[in-house]
Amino acid sequence: MPEILVLAEHDRGTLDGATLEALTFARTLGSDIAVLVCGDFDLAAQLGEYGATKVYVAEHDLLDSDFGPEAWGQTLAALIEDSQPDIVIACGTSKGNEVMAQAAARLDVPFVANCLQVEADAEEMTRVQWGGSLLERSTLDAEVKLISLSHHSIDALAADAGSPEVETFEPELAESLSRTVVVGREMAEAGVTLATAPVVVGGGRATGGPDGFAPLEELAALLGGRVGCSRAVTNNGWRPHSDQVGQTGTRIAPELYIASGISGAIQHWVGAMASKNILAINTDPDANMVVKADYAVIGDMHEIIPAVVEEVKRRRG
Amino acid sequence: MRVLVCVKRVPAPGARISITADEQSVDTTHLGFAMSPHEECAVEEAVQMVERHGGDATVLTLGPAEAEEQLRYSASLGVNNAVLLRTDGTAWDPQRTARAIAGAVETLEAADGPFDLILFGNESADSGGFQVGVRVANKLDRPMVNAIKGIVPDFDSGLVTAKRDIDGGFEVYAMAMPAVLGVKEGLNLPRYPTMRGRLASKKIDVTVIEAEADAGGQAKIRLLSPPEQESNTVRLGEGVAAAPAIVDLFEELGVL
Repeated sequence: MPEILVLAEHDRGTLDGATLEALTFARTLGSDIAVLVCGDFDLAAQLGEYGATKVYVAEHDLLDSDFGPEAWGQTLAALIEDSQPDIVIACGTSKGNEVMAQAAARLDVPFVANCLQVEADAEEMTRVQWGGSLLERSTLDAEVKLISLSHHSIDALAADAGSPEVETFEPELAESLSRTVVVGREMAEAGVTLATAPVVVGGGRATGGPDGFAPLEELAALLGGRVGCSRAVTNNGWRPHSDQVGQTGTRIAPELYIASGISGAIQHWVGAMASKNILAINTDPDANMVVKADYAVIGDMHEIIPAVVEEVKRRRG
Repeated sequence: MRVLVCVKRVPAPGARISITADEQSVDTTHLGFAMSPHEECAVEEAVQMVERHGGDATVLTLGPAEAEEQLRYSASLGVNNAVLLRTDGTAWDPQRTARAIAGAVETLEAADGPFDLILFGNESADSGGFQVGVRVANKLDRPMVNAIKGIVPDFDSGLVTAKRDIDGGFEVYAMAMPAVLGVKEGLNLPRYPTMRGRLASKKIDVTVIEAEADAGGQAKIRLLSPPEQESNTVRLGEGVAAAPAIVDLFEELGVL
């Protein structure tokens, strides 16, 4: 059985759920699973619950304050050299892929991003291209195999596992790597975000302009959700880019995505396809979004969304 | 200031992507080409920075001779110099691509001085390897951060402030230039070329360098389409009459 090393993604000690997907995936390849935590944070219990048998806590001044892609990448590279795992896995989030790329660059080894399926020896795999609308079968020839799991492609499942052994790892990091450690944050108003909203109400070109989103805003507010939009909308300047659902926008995974007046081009679909349920509202019964959705209503969103808002209000009295 | 933007020529698909009979590439018979969307914003940012601070912007691509189209398009938007690292058009793996680009950057910088900023798209629209920019930065020993949606260079301090897109806001980084950034769409709203820009872009000289680099450890076997999802779409009705059925669905899913 291969020895596996998993990268824990966390925000100053708060574990990202994506790491649990990576651990769940790692268990399909082996049972000897170590996890790297960058910084002096106690995540062993949570990681053990999902199958970690060992946790390396990397301690260094550069790792204790905040995220830094180069400091994390160098730490991962150092631990790979030190512990000689066969396979290294991260979840293919923005930071997961970046830290893996940093480590791979430092070790001058290949890195295969966003895999959906990996053979037991990790010498062959299926990975995502075009955000998921195309797949690539690929070979990996390397002493140590660095791969990331396509985010949202599996559900995290807890394991029957005991408490992992915890070991301190002290990497040698050049002080110069402080150059890419986070120095501050600018956060929007608190509340539900597009990436975490349980309901997303999306609008496309058919909204006709910024004002066309008012009924969508009202419905989203009633359902405790957020408004999203297609690339056509942000390219027209009707909504900020932070509202864009898509390959180059936000990947969403809500309980329900209501796609109104959205045709479902590849760019948009790959950002929405991880939604648990999709309801398409469209005048065109042959639109890609209608064909691929779980539920569909044929008709004009300008009439239907306000009617839904009224019905929700009526039932709530 | 001097800015370099690295772009990739990719097909511009609509609602579906077809694969060639040999399963090696996207069937582009009926498709146009573009650069990846993140990179359109990188080009726009480079042009804006040069408009604000003076200097020059260079666009570089690794790809087939036809990728000259994306270089000239960039020039039509205001980029000053264009470099083609020419390949035979086969897909290069990320390590090989990064080696060739890093080598070319060293050549360009030896001739005309360092680039204050090198911009990449966060990932290419097609192969999406999420690593070429990081590898190039590492070979050049420069700071690099991905997922950037805001860039402010300050030539008094020599620092570039960059904002990384995270859920619900931004992380802020301050890096000494020269630096490398992977940018995301939303950084700006790219302009369209003007007629004057189009005419000027026909006249610029494209520097052609034959790309050479050793292959890396990842190799494509073939492309395949994802399994068609069972599309048992449930029709809830038509028009406003469907509103009660929609709200029933909300109740069923527990989102009401």
